[in-house]
Amino acid sequence: MTAISVRGLRKAYGGLEAVRGIDFEIERGEVFGLLGPNGAGKTTTVEILEGYRKRDAGEVTVLGHDPERPGREFREQIGVVLQQSDLWPTLTVREAHRVFAGYYKQPRDVDEVIELVGLSDKQDARIKTLSGGQKRRLDLGVALIGDPELVFLDEPTTGFDPAARRAAWEMIRSLRSLGKTVLLTTHYLDEAEQLADRVAVLREGVIASIGTPRELTTADHEVEIRYHRNGEEVLLRTSEPTRVLHELTSEAMARGEELERLEVRRPSLEDVYLTLVSENAEE
Amino acid sequence: MKTYLHELRYQQLVFWRSREAAVFIFIFPLLLFLLLGSVYTGKIYGVPAPEALLAALLGYGCANTAFAGLAIQLVVRRESGILKRLRSTPLSAATYIAALLTSTLIVFALQVTALFVLGRLFHHTPFPSALGSLVLAIVIGAAVFAAIGVATASLIRSAEGSSAVVNFILLPSAFLTGAFGPTEHYPRFLRAIGDVLPLKYFVDIVNAVYLQKHAIWTKGAALGVLVAWGATALVVAAFKFRWEPREA
Repeated sequence: MTAISVRGLRKAYGGLEAVRGIDFEIERGEVFGLLGPNGAGKTTTVEILEGYRKRDAGEVTVLGHDPERPGREFREQIGVVLQQSDLWPTLTVREAHRVFAGYYKQPRDVDEVIELVGLSDKQDARIKTLSGGQKRRLDLGVALIGDPELVFLDEPTTGFDPAARRAAWEMIRSLRSLGKTVLLTTHYLDEAEQLADRVAVLREGVIASIGTPRELTTADHEVEIRYHRNGEEVLLRTSEPTRVLHELTSEAMARGEELERLEVRRPSLEDVYLTLVSENAEE
Repeated sequence: MKTYLHELRYQQLVFWRSREAAVFIFIFPLLLFLLLGSVYTGKIYGVPAPEALLAALLGYGCANTAFAGLAIQLVVRRESGILKRLRSTPLSAATYIAALLTSTLIVFALQVTALFVLGRLFHHTPFPSALGSLVLAIVIGAAVFAAIGVATASLIRSAEGSSAVVNFILLPSAFLTGAFGPTEHYPRFLRAIGDVLPLKYFVDIVNAVYLQKHAIWTKGAALGVLVAWGATALVVAAFKFRWEPREA
């Protein structure tokens, strides 16, 4: 079943085209990552899907609804973590969850959700006393309180220290195990690689590449073979690693030499990503 | 209805939990009344001074609570992203606004009650006799100033500047329209400015109802001016109101 379907989506602000015709589909239960540098069109795309902005062109369906006319039923089924938002500073964590719980027909249990986002020992703390990471977990908690089918996470870990990021990743993984569909935007590659079933790399408002993290790193990309000869590093790039490696090792064996520090490396998502986002010079 | 009551409950909790709002919006007009009531003596408008001051500060309280307080709260909530976040929940805009306005009215009604009780205790002012007219005046006044508050919030760009802008409008208005005491001795051009401001007409109505014990409909013209201000503000609010913070 398709949770989100996007075809030919376009959006401009004044003369600036933020999104210039993108297509993708997200299946139910999938964790989908929108990856790209700042200004690539990630937030614009997500905010169109959330029902905040009108599109200029294209067809968009989210859980069977057109998000341009977001009705109550649509909003019952989505959970949103915005890139930036605060909640009432003087309320406690528990009170904020209760406020949101009151907006939904069948909310989840407040204690359960607070436990899920790891704020149980902060439940009676005022929001203004929370750390940045704790506020982000609160954002996630109130996004989950309505038991949504689909959760939007716009840069959920920006500004986190490494430990807080690991904790957030665990929470996002737990969403997948709950069967939720997740649309995640991030400019962290490792985050997309760790969490997303599939990734779309956005660059200047178009999708530069789309697929599983594994597909992105294997498709059309050369493998690097490195070794040292006479203390100098030799680097070979090839799309036929089996043949090249075979020749290399046969020759070395024939000469009775050792290929020092031999390494065969598939490009990481980071290599692919940096290649993709730097290709704009060629246009 | 259930969501409305839920939202109203939390609007009240958020209001009273914020010490700054509670002191500035709720306590300040009461303090001002007690203070001015002990400095002014003799008669104003032919009634004991504290009575006239009570009516004047009831007018100031209305503008302070429904216009200034509401405008600042809305700007802060908008710029911090709370309003934007709420938009993606099933809570409807109409329910949110209805609860916010009711919450403002509750605060103002409590303030008016406190004014009369304090007046009675400290300055021997009578309770209002034309009670029905006074209640009606309070509801209409709160609605009109709330509309102006929402319209003003829509025109203010940042949370940092909101309190300055709002007070820049509120305090001179209060001086010019008699909400801080009579204006008969003011220069003519100052009075002329006061004559176009809605607070003047609200104070006139409260004076008529509380001091002269007249029914509210004896002030038809003043009611008309107030309603015209409210309607204009609604039009501005309808076109300019935003849920989302200004993009950084």
